[in-house]
Amino acid sequence: MGLRTPLYDLHLALGAKMVDFGGWDMPLHYGSQVEEHHQVRRDCGVFDVSHMTVVDVQGADAQSYLQKLLANDVARLSEPGKALYSGMLNEQGGVIDDLIVYLCDWGYRVVVNASTRDKDIAWMQARAEGFAVELRERADLAMLAIQGPRARAHVAELVTAARAALIHDLKPFQGLPEGDWFIARTGYTGEDGLEIMLPAGQAAELLNELVGAGIAPIGLGARDTLRLEAGMNLYGQDMDENVSPLAANMAWTIAWEPSERDFVGRAALQAQRADEAQPKLVGLVLEERGVLRAHQVVRVEGVGDGEITSGSFSPTLGKSIALARVPAATGERAEVEIRGKWYPVRVVRPNFVRHGKPLI
Amino acid sequence: MSNIPADLRYAASHEWARLEADGSVTVGISDHAQEALGDVVFVELPDVGKQLAAGQEAGVVESVKAASDIYAPVSGEVIAVNEALADAPELVNEDPYGNWFFKLKPSNPDELTALLDAAGYMAVADADA
Repeated sequence: MGLRTPLYDLHLALGAKMVDFGGWDMPLHYGSQVEEHHQVRRDCGVFDVSHMTVVDVQGADAQSYLQKLLANDVARLSEPGKALYSGMLNEQGGVIDDLIVYLCDWGYRVVVNASTRDKDIAWMQARAEGFAVELRERADLAMLAIQGPRARAHVAELVTAARAALIHDLKPFQGLPEGDWFIARTGYTGEDGLEIMLPAGQAAELLNELVGAGIAPIGLGARDTLRLEAGMNLYGQDMDENVSPLAANMAWTIAWEPSERDFVGRAALQAQRADEAQPKLVGLVLEERGVLRAHQVVRVEGVGDGEITSGSFSPTLGKSIALARVPAATGERAEVEIRGKWYPVRVVRPNFVRHGKPLI
Repeated sequence: MSNIPADLRYAASHEWARLEADGSVTVGISDHAQEALGDVVFVELPDVGKQLAAGQEAGVVESVKAASDIYAPVSGEVIAVNEALADAPELVNEDPYGNWFFKLKPSNPDELTALLDAAGYMAVADADA
């Protein structure tokens, strides 16, 4: 038996097909993964993401600690409520995890992946030596993501006036507390929406209210196709400890300035940055029938080989798409081997759908 | 609980087979199989005229989740494929017994009796669940 979120029983009651995800028993879908996908793109849906790990960082050195720990620079967060996405790197410049950090008036809230919890916390604690910081894992919190063009409007109708006002006022990538909830306008779908962290004991009631109001529960299956269409990386698949953020479409998350900020992995990244052979993460589109899958081989004529890191059928586009790590010199065309046959694919920027609209 | 019609025969690899009045055998995948696969998005069918041995790979069904091989439940020549599945693979989820994959002219009709009956297949599906 795997780990369970506070919503486990409710998932079963809602007819979820459960699967193991990073040691957690999580809903894969509640009937049709493709329908759930469309639901989020067209209206909205609710995901249980309580398996994700929340770590609060407090103390006099919280900022300088995170400036050392993360490739992105928390000094860029100018006021409480602002958030940024960052890689947490090892000394070799490999990605230990990707995360979101929110600036709060008492410190920072860091949200890391579920499957990487143990190593992340061990790493964060080891790096904390010499800094006046306190790390506190918030296993007492549950998290629901409500995503889709109508998500904020739907949720605002169901919560207190103060929370509705905050939901209305939040800017993209902003998160603020309201009572014992923390409400953020963030997500992993390429749609507008919210992520709500709240005491675990309140999670079932909120999910019940949302579902009762007609907001469909969405499983991990649709979560994966939504994030793939949005060109968002999945840790462990599109990058890991042996992959540089430069080879994972995460160059934008590295704050090179100020140059004296010596974050973990900086020296290695600088060497990689100068290396023109560094591969890149691109998007692939299969125009023929078939489905691109992780680990299929990509061949670029006259250039070299690469590999698909994530691939699936895109319900929004009605064709298969993928993320692939390919040689830097890759142009607009490549081929992918599917069951012994080579299929031509189009190479695109790894961002296929945003706010319901195809980008390719 | 998946639907397992009593008038069909089944392979442990989750295909169903139906002997038609003209002696041909129609093949599809079971309700249990489509449910386990999830949303079907692509079906690769064998070429008409191809000779298949019982248990030989005959095609591929891809869902959002994964690709699975389809096997010929009995030996024979492929005499027809269901082209409708190329444009509307989701039909497999909607009605797995109405939307067949291919038809065989069996080279050894006795092989049909070696396949599982509904009760036998139910045991396989349950063990699989």
